[in-house]
Amino acid sequence: MERTTGEIAVKLVVLGIGALLLFAPFLFQDVRSLEVAARICIFVVLVASYDLLIGYTGIVSFAHTMFFGFGAYGAAILLKAMGPGWTPVILGALAGVAVSLVFAVAIGLLSLRVKAIFFAMITLAAASVVLVLVSQLSQLTGGEDGITYRAPDVFKPATKILTDADGKVLRIFDVRINGKLAAYYFVFFTSLIMFLMLLRFVGSPLGTVLKAIRENEGRAEAIGYRVVAYRTFVFCLSAVFASLAGTVYAVWLKYTGPDTALSFAIMIDILLMVVIGGMGTMWGAVIGAVLMIMAQYYLRDLMGAASEALHGLPVLPELLAPDRWLFWLGIIFILLVYFFPKGIAGTAMAAGARR
Amino acid sequence: MDAISNTFERLGGVNLLPILLAAVAFVLIGAPSSWVTLTVAGLAMGMMVFLMASGLSLVFGLMDVLNFGHSAFVSFGAFVAATVLAGLSGWLASDSVALGSLALILAFTAAILFGLVAGWFFETVIIRPVYRDHLRQILITMGAMIVAEQTILAFWGGTPFSVPRPSFLEGAWIIGDVSIEIYRGFAFVLGLIVFVGLYFVLNRTRIGLLVRAGVEDREMVEALGFRIDRLFIGVFMLGSALAALGGAMWAGYETLITPALGAELMIIVFIVVIIGGLGSIEGTLLGALLVGLMSNYLGFLAPKMALASNMILMVAILLWRPNGLRPAVK
Repeated sequence: MERTTGEIAVKLVVLGIGALLLFAPFLFQDVRSLEVAARICIFVVLVASYDLLIGYTGIVSFAHTMFFGFGAYGAAILLKAMGPGWTPVILGALAGVAVSLVFAVAIGLLSLRVKAIFFAMITLAAASVVLVLVSQLSQLTGGEDGITYRAPDVFKPATKILTDADGKVLRIFDVRINGKLAAYYFVFFTSLIMFLMLLRFVGSPLGTVLKAIRENEGRAEAIGYRVVAYRTFVFCLSAVFASLAGTVYAVWLKYTGPDTALSFAIMIDILLMVVIGGMGTMWGAVIGAVLMIMAQYYLRDLMGAASEALHGLPVLPELLAPDRWLFWLGIIFILLVYFFPKGIAGTAMAAGARR
Repeated sequence: MDAISNTFERLGGVNLLPILLAAVAFVLIGAPSSWVTLTVAGLAMGMMVFLMASGLSLVFGLMDVLNFGHSAFVSFGAFVAATVLAGLSGWLASDSVALGSLALILAFTAAILFGLVAGWFFETVIIRPVYRDHLRQILITMGAMIVAEQTILAFWGGTPFSVPRPSFLEGAWIIGDVSIEIYRGFAFVLGLIVFVGLYFVLNRTRIGLLVRAGVEDREMVEALGFRIDRLFIGVFMLGSALAALGGAMWAGYETLITPALGAELMIIVFIVVIIGGLGSIEGTLLGALLVGLMSNYLGFLAPKMALASNMILMVAILLWRPNGLRPAVK
């Protein structure tokens, strides 16, 4: 395939974002920025694995946070029960993956063979049932309050990874090489590895089959590909990645609750990120995640100021209140689906081709 | 086995399911008085859910449009009706049945009118550009739902909104040791009237004939010279109005509503539509009654199970009939 200028531009932007994330602890030295950077890393994986479903295979699922939550709760419950250490993290990740796989296979086999349109509804129903169950089973999951626990000792802010001659924490460019930094790089590199795996998968012959199914299901079936089997496989694969991302997020946050790992709001975030970034590009996942999370953290402040400025007018300050930011994103989302269904990355990649 | 299934079909086939469910529940519950109460509650809930779901089912059947934003009409209907009722609380408090019913009629009319206008707006602005593109339909209607929910939050705030009811609908009828909440009876009767009306329009009028023909084979009807797309706006508006009415009745039923109401009910509505089979109001009624009865019976028998009851019901029925109980869409 001919490389377009737009494609090169998109990849350069993504590489730039990657570099920024790699050096984030050195570039932005406050706690909040590091929080944003880690969140971006994890959501890139989550959104990329969702893109595998919606962009590459054309399946709309609303159960992606459910899998994310399984991974997060797996690690959280075991870290709480067994105390900090690597064993509960690994066991939790495995347990999360196992539960996700069981659910994914069950949902996939049940609903991917009936009307494709049912799938979206059924995943939505399943996800909401799990959400209710989690808030009900409060002995195990902590209910609405969630679970707080301690991460493995390496990631404690007090842990000294490198020490200087005096036995104090070594500083490089004024950044302490401590457990917090280690935790960030744990998040960054696991996310990077998972993203690269997804990227590799999409480029494989299997990825091509998926695109064929998306473009023309009947024809793919006629050529001899078992569409249901492929769809179920992709659904499981994306569920596994979402679950692993959930585990990493649980280790980073040291807290897991419905709002951080399972709520429907996260599902909407993922959907917005995929569509804004560009469905079926993988690179779009990075761009979408970065834009959305930046907006989440910084747009609210801006909207708060705007709301203050318009104080006294009817309704408008209400609509501009920081809590209403989803309102505007919803509108942007609708406009994007109308006018740029390929999202930012997709539109940019196509732009060069016309020349 | 064939003999059994033949007898089953002759007696009414899948239409018997709610009766079967009620019979099984009667045996399991044991106490006739609680059984009656639960059955009435289930039927009332089923009727309200039917109102919300019928529009969604018809819209999908007729135009292959899947509206994830349908629940927005339900919540808007609930809040519009609640606001009207709250505004007329003086009438409601009085003992006069006439004033109370007038307030109720005004509230429901407001919800229906809102549903009609919102449905027209939604259809022309949001859905028209994405006919025949399921992926974008799902995304856009989802986006519209987010915007609608945020609008409700902006106008009515996030705190629970208490809904006054006319005094003559408060309380319960006591017959022997059976107690039936009056509002439930009222909801059931109103739902039944709407269903019968809808059934007659669909089966006895020319427009109904066109709608059913359009569900069956849209292209053929279009080839005969009928404008299905114009008909579709009408059906969409009607469906939205019914959803708004359902929401309004639900508001009176719950008496305390939050903006999350639409999202909560959407799951039930989807399950009903899937169980019933897309495109037929009879199927939707069947699904709604099943879901209503099931959740009330299980809520009594095994409260822990009640959460998952609808899910279990849906899985069981999809395994048995992958297209739902009475689908009209092939």
